Amino acid sequence: MEDKTYLFSPLSQAEKEAAFEHTAYAPQVSYWKDAWVRLKQNKPALFGLTTLILLIFMAIIGPFLSQYTYYETHLSLKNDPPSSAFWFGTDELGRDLFTRCWWGARISLFVGISASLIDLVIGVFFGAVAGLLGGKIEEWMMRFADVLYAIPYLLVVILLMVVIGSGILTIILALTITGWINMARIVRSQILQIKQQDYVRAAFALGASRRRVLLQHLIPNAMGPIIVTLTLTIPSAIFAEAFLSFLGLGVQAPIASWGTMANDGLPALRYYPWRLFFPATFISLTMLSFNLLGDGLRDAFDPRLKK
Amino acid sequence: MTQYLAKKAAILIGSLFLVTTLTFFLMHSIPGDPFVQDKAIPEEILKALHKHYGLDQPLYIQYGKYLDGVLHFELGPSFKYEGRTVNEIIADGFPVSFYLGMEALIIAVFGGIVLGSIAALNHMRWQDHMTMIIAVIGISVPSFILATFLQYLLAMKLDLLPVARWGTFSQTIMPAISLAALPMAFIARLTRANMVEVMQQDYIQTAKSKGLNSFQIVVRHAIRNALMPVVTYLGPLTAAVMTGSFAIEKIFGIPGLGQWFVTSITNRDYTVIMGTTIFYSAILMLCVFIVDLLYCLIDPRIQLKQEIDGR
Repeated sequence: MEDKTYLFSPLSQAEKEAAFEHTAYAPQVSYWKDAWVRLKQNKPALFGLTTLILLIFMAIIGPFLSQYTYYETHLSLKNDPPSSAFWFGTDELGRDLFTRCWWGARISLFVGISASLIDLVIGVFFGAVAGLLGGKIEEWMMRFADVLYAIPYLLVVILLMVVIGSGILTIILALTITGWINMARIVRSQILQIKQQDYVRAAFALGASRRRVLLQHLIPNAMGPIIVTLTLTIPSAIFAEAFLSFLGLGVQAPIASWGTMANDGLPALRYYPWRLFFPATFISLTMLSFNLLGDGLRDAFDPRLKK
Repeated sequence: MTQYLAKKAAILIGSLFLVTTLTFFLMHSIPGDPFVQDKAIPEEILKALHKHYGLDQPLYIQYGKYLDGVLHFELGPSFKYEGRTVNEIIADGFPVSFYLGMEALIIAVFGGIVLGSIAALNHMRWQDHMTMIIAVIGISVPSFILATFLQYLLAMKLDLLPVARWGTFSQTIMPAISLAALPMAFIARLTRANMVEVMQQDYIQTAKSKGLNSFQIVVRHAIRNALMPVVTYLGPLTAAVMTGSFAIEKIFGIPGLGQWFVTSITNRDYTVIMGTTIFYSAILMLCVFIVDLLYCLIDPRIQLKQEIDGR
């Protein structure tokens, strides 16, 4: 009673806790958690994420679910429609399309994801260095990227195929020769923006080296757009692989990617449409899922962009 | 402005020269000989062929001769198809691809802007969601898959349109739609994003408070600013659709230019590879230049901005 008459007497710990008991605190939310919360509210993006997880899961276990291998032929069962024996039907050599489709998923996803990851590494490095250094060096670097971009990539693909032989690695290499440019451009423009921020100037003023600023401040803060670009590069790499295979420049028989399967199925479209239907559906579904997820991530990382 | 455009033109011509040079040396570094195919050719005949086409000379002389030809718009004879010149091949294929490309371009631009505007004006309502779902599907489905799907459904099952070949207008419909789908979806998204932003500007509020209806606001005030990014995209897009697509031409049996880009490379038909590549690059650069020109006319601010950006 005596003490409490003082208006400004310090509170004991118990009194403090009691006083704040009914106060609502916003929980501390990190950048990544915040993005995840927003992503979870985005139904199309969740659909994309779920579909992708399913597709990857099926790519891993799919080939084991059927009793057939992707290369064994059943010449008496050519062009069989989907049935209980062959769930997706068979092709012109009587090979099981279900098994081939999931093998194709492995190839397509592997090519798409690994090509995009290589693009990521080269693109981030090139773009970040150009953006950080600036001036004449930047101008020459970006001009170099422009010229590289103008070379028809089919020419590069065929050159590579003749030199190192056709195969999955050739396709990945061919996709990455020009594929990193887009990432480099985006990273550069991000770095240019972030470079102007006060905390970067402060870091420089405190004597941080360029390398440190790049690794500690610039790249982590450009991570959102980098991840979004990565998510949107994967479907275009998958498309490019499918397109090359569709032209007959892709992986060689008996391995199949979705693109080669679509190419094989095309002449049979009128009578055996399932041969084109399944690979075509999976290509489209995968690209759709990555695009939906990428759009969702963009909105999640940068809500200002959400219109 | 003249100075700005002159600078742009100089950069374009420089880039064209670089592309020509790079392609020339890349192409000649491909192992293999354009005249050695399945059958073995006697040594003397091969030598005579090489002499006839100038392949026996040192590379730098071939390069010099080629550059000289390009300057006179003379792209040389095809190695693979005797008696045909690259100029003839382009003259045969380009009008077909151009016609188809223009049809696709009209569908893409018109459809894209209308869809994008509808989405933006009904922002976050069901029309918006519907349009954006269509757009993301359009971006995700590869053109060769859409083409085969249309061919199967409209031509083979419903018998509404001819399956393939070239000549009548009805034969152009499916290829044009297949070509247009992706750019249309892309333009719809671009238009929507920019239109939404523009519609929040003060001058649109002013127009609203003056009592204009939303159609007038869009046509008279919003569209000009909202379409700037679309105009940028139009340059590369026009070049790409005008020069044909190998997959679409293969599926619909169209005698366009697109097939030559692929077959010439697999045939090692050096002059056709060079010719089509240079032709495509020239068209691309011309389109980009025209877009720059349009930009200056539509929005005088851009010149200053680009100079500041140093691009």
